Amino acid sequence: MTTGATSGPAVPQPSPPTAAGPAGNGPHPPETTKDPAGPGKPGGPGGGPGKGPARRVPAALTDLRNLSLLGVLVALVVVGAITRPEQFLSGDNLTLVLTQASVIGVVTVGVTLVIIGGGIDLSVGAIVALASVWATTLATQEYGLGGILFCALFVGLGCGLVNGVLIAYGRMVPFIATLAMLASARGLALLISDGRTQVVSVDSVLQLGLPDSYVLGIPPLVLVFAAVTLLGWLVLNRTTFGRRTVAVGGNAEAARLAGIDVKRQRLKLYLISGLCCGIAAFLLIVLTGSGQNTNGNLYELDAIAAAIIGGTLLSGGRGTITGSVLGVLVFTTITNLFALNNLQSDVQQIAKGAIIVAAVLIQNRTARGSGTT
Amino acid sequence: MAPVPDPAAPSPDPSASTAPSASPSASAPAPAADRTAPDGAPLLVMTGITKSFPGVRALDGVDLDVEPGEVHCLLGQNGAGKSTLIKVLAGAHRPDGGEIRWRGEPVQLTSPTAAMSLGVATIYQELDLVEHLSVTENVHLGHEPAAGGFVRRREARESTAVILARLGHPEIDPDTLVHDLSAAGRQVVSMARALSHDVRLIVMDEPSAVLDPDEVENLFRIVGDLTADGVAVVYISHRLEEIRRIGDRVTVLKDGRVAARGLPARTTPTRQVVALMTGRDVEYVFPERPAAPDPGAVPEPVLRVEGLARAGEFEPVDLEVRPGEIVGLAGLVGSGRSEILETVFGARRPTAGRVLVGGRPVRPGDVIAAVRAGVGLAPEERKAQGLLMLEPVVRNVSVSSLARFSRGGWLDRARERSAAREAVRELSLRPDDPDVPVRTLSGGNQQKVVLARWLLRGCKVLLLDEPTRGVDIGARAELYALIRRLADEGVAVLLVSSELPEVLGLADRVLVLREGRVVHTAPARELDEHRVLDLVMEGSPAR
Repeated sequence: MTTGATSGPAVPQPSPPTAAGPAGNGPHPPETTKDPAGPGKPGGPGGGPGKGPARRVPAALTDLRNLSLLGVLVALVVVGAITRPEQFLSGDNLTLVLTQASVIGVVTVGVTLVIIGGGIDLSVGAIVALASVWATTLATQEYGLGGILFCALFVGLGCGLVNGVLIAYGRMVPFIATLAMLASARGLALLISDGRTQVVSVDSVLQLGLPDSYVLGIPPLVLVFAAVTLLGWLVLNRTTFGRRTVAVGGNAEAARLAGIDVKRQRLKLYLISGLCCGIAAFLLIVLTGSGQNTNGNLYELDAIAAAIIGGTLLSGGRGTITGSVLGVLVFTTITNLFALNNLQSDVQQIAKGAIIVAAVLIQNRTARGSGTT
Repeated sequence: MAPVPDPAAPSPDPSASTAPSASPSASAPAPAADRTAPDGAPLLVMTGITKSFPGVRALDGVDLDVEPGEVHCLLGQNGAGKSTLIKVLAGAHRPDGGEIRWRGEPVQLTSPTAAMSLGVATIYQELDLVEHLSVTENVHLGHEPAAGGFVRRREARESTAVILARLGHPEIDPDTLVHDLSAAGRQVVSMARALSHDVRLIVMDEPSAVLDPDEVENLFRIVGDLTADGVAVVYISHRLEEIRRIGDRVTVLKDGRVAARGLPARTTPTRQVVALMTGRDVEYVFPERPAAPDPGAVPEPVLRVEGLARAGEFEPVDLEVRPGEIVGLAGLVGSGRSEILETVFGARRPTAGRVLVGGRPVRPGDVIAAVRAGVGLAPEERKAQGLLMLEPVVRNVSVSSLARFSRGGWLDRARERSAAREAVRELSLRPDDPDVPVRTLSGGNQQKVVLARWLLRGCKVLLLDEPTRGVDIGARAELYALIRRLADEGVAVLLVSSELPEVLGLADRVLVLREGRVVHTAPARELDEHRVLDLVMEGSPAR
């Protein structure tokens, strides 16, 4: 980080109280009163001076970042339609893209909330693996669909609880606590499965992945993804929990002195992340008809990457569920496009990296252009 | 490297160089004109500097000239352009227009490095030190003495010790981590960093804001020594009395323009300076105290502190605050005043004693319990401890009362908005719009946001820690009136301030603290500054 002396206007660093900063914090800042809906101010939806119904426009739609990400997504679809017109736009392929996005998408919603709350969760991939393995042991499979679902969710919640307690009450740094969880959950998954693929023989579970159970042509997996996204959005934007999450992530000390139970908030966030991993593990079981200890490999990095290109601040206090989900869709679409065009996964990885860099560079640029410190 | 005085500058008047350190009342160095460089060229001339940010013209044709060896004070309200101007001078902002001449030559200050290589050093208000590096490493950061890429550690250490000794702080160990130093110590390190360059001009942005009176004396002594060596100082402060003490000339900025240029610092009447800054004739304006209540009708104290203590910080303290009363804690930094406030609030866990609100004990060391009981705190570090800087005003105001605007965890945002809007309007926030990001507000208005938070929560006890730090004079009067009004409405206020006039002018009753002990309690009208200073300093080495 740069010091206070040289930091650019994009960094919302605390400028000295005397600063005649770019934002014009003088006694007479006419520009702030005239134009409260300046571009790129998250949280300040573009309602303008009209304080009425215009304010109800979801912040997500007016957020420049999400718009640009949506543009990228549209561009990718156009590229797909041009290079592989028959395959890419076919209903089957679009369903496939959404299905593939479902598992990582659910994980990303949880991770996004954790990051907005000022934390990080590196253990999501390992938790998905552990939950998928534990839920597909022969013993669990005897309890049928309900047993598998319950077990996956329970294991996810349990891991989230351990993470949360270590971080909130054990005062461990989130990076370290979840790194430890990553290692031990993977290890436990290997121990339980002995490295073997545990094939699911419960018909009702396998059924969920077949076209027969599609609702209005939409796979149940995608519906779950949509539901989790909607819930995540509601929690973040319409509940006291969401507001407190933003407060804790933005300034934990100020939140504490405002009377917010910071520790409990942190614990709940890791519980949510764990629960999302449990849901994702179940989706993965349905999708693959099995549980493996190699499941969810590098999900943590994919989820964090999606959140970042979706505009979530890695230091906490700012981010959107919409942005993260768009990020997931962008990555999944790219993977699909590359596969359809017979490009190898090494090229995909390079493209992913380039997109992360480009997205963050563009965000810095737009943040600067919006003219507030 | 030790600071190298300008060899071209004539040797200073010896009486002038020793005067400031001798006694606070002695006259400061001789006027600047005596120390102008032989060729008569001023050290620095800035002409017609303009700088705009999107939507704001921060500097609109500002002129500034600085002579070698003078203390040139820069005055102005928040938003007047002081910080922008010194950032231009430091090379951190590039001006849109205007000319900068350094010792008669036109120069471009394109980067902080460029400014530094000319000999301009800036000590920012919020110090820019690396906490987990040692004093030596901070002092030489970016220009370590090195041989073949390896830092010559002993040389760096020794030169650091020399500079620290010169600054009057030989007791600071160059190997200490900056993290372990007090605010005053950090400022010395920041100054040592400036002196480790071949410096000719030092810009100090409100250096006294974090210092105690005796440390301020040391600062003045250092400034005196520097100017005696021909180094010029551009000094920014809100405290007019300091400018009288050490300043040579004053330039007043207002709304990005120069309101007055090169006024004599010592002889210009305060009234005139304040009028230039504000367009008003106010300095400290305190609201009237209410008439003493009828002895029969004195309300029960709402806040009662019994034997509250924290080992190593403050000894058992008893105090009571009644509804409508403002009680002030006066003392130096380190006297335990902020610690007491934070312990009452539960942000620190007491080692003994208890806090009762409305007659009921509050669970010790538990902020949430204190807030539930009706206690609110406006913390000392407004930005770091008080505000969610990324969020708009409305969310900063409602953050402590979210439960009131929700049912089953779901927020009623319309009610939240209208309640926050009302609270903000009641405190006449400017701009009167709850959707502006809180970071764009001035210091005084940010403080109002913190007060609005507790007002909305409906708190019974308000703890104020340095409520006017970083707030300009005009806005202070407004805050004082506001605090008094809250008290009149029945809130019990416990106030901590390092500015004695503030405690004495605002509080009804004052507790004087020294080294963690209450040494005196009296109604404010029976005390004056000298009396309190005597009590505060008694027995300390400074006397």
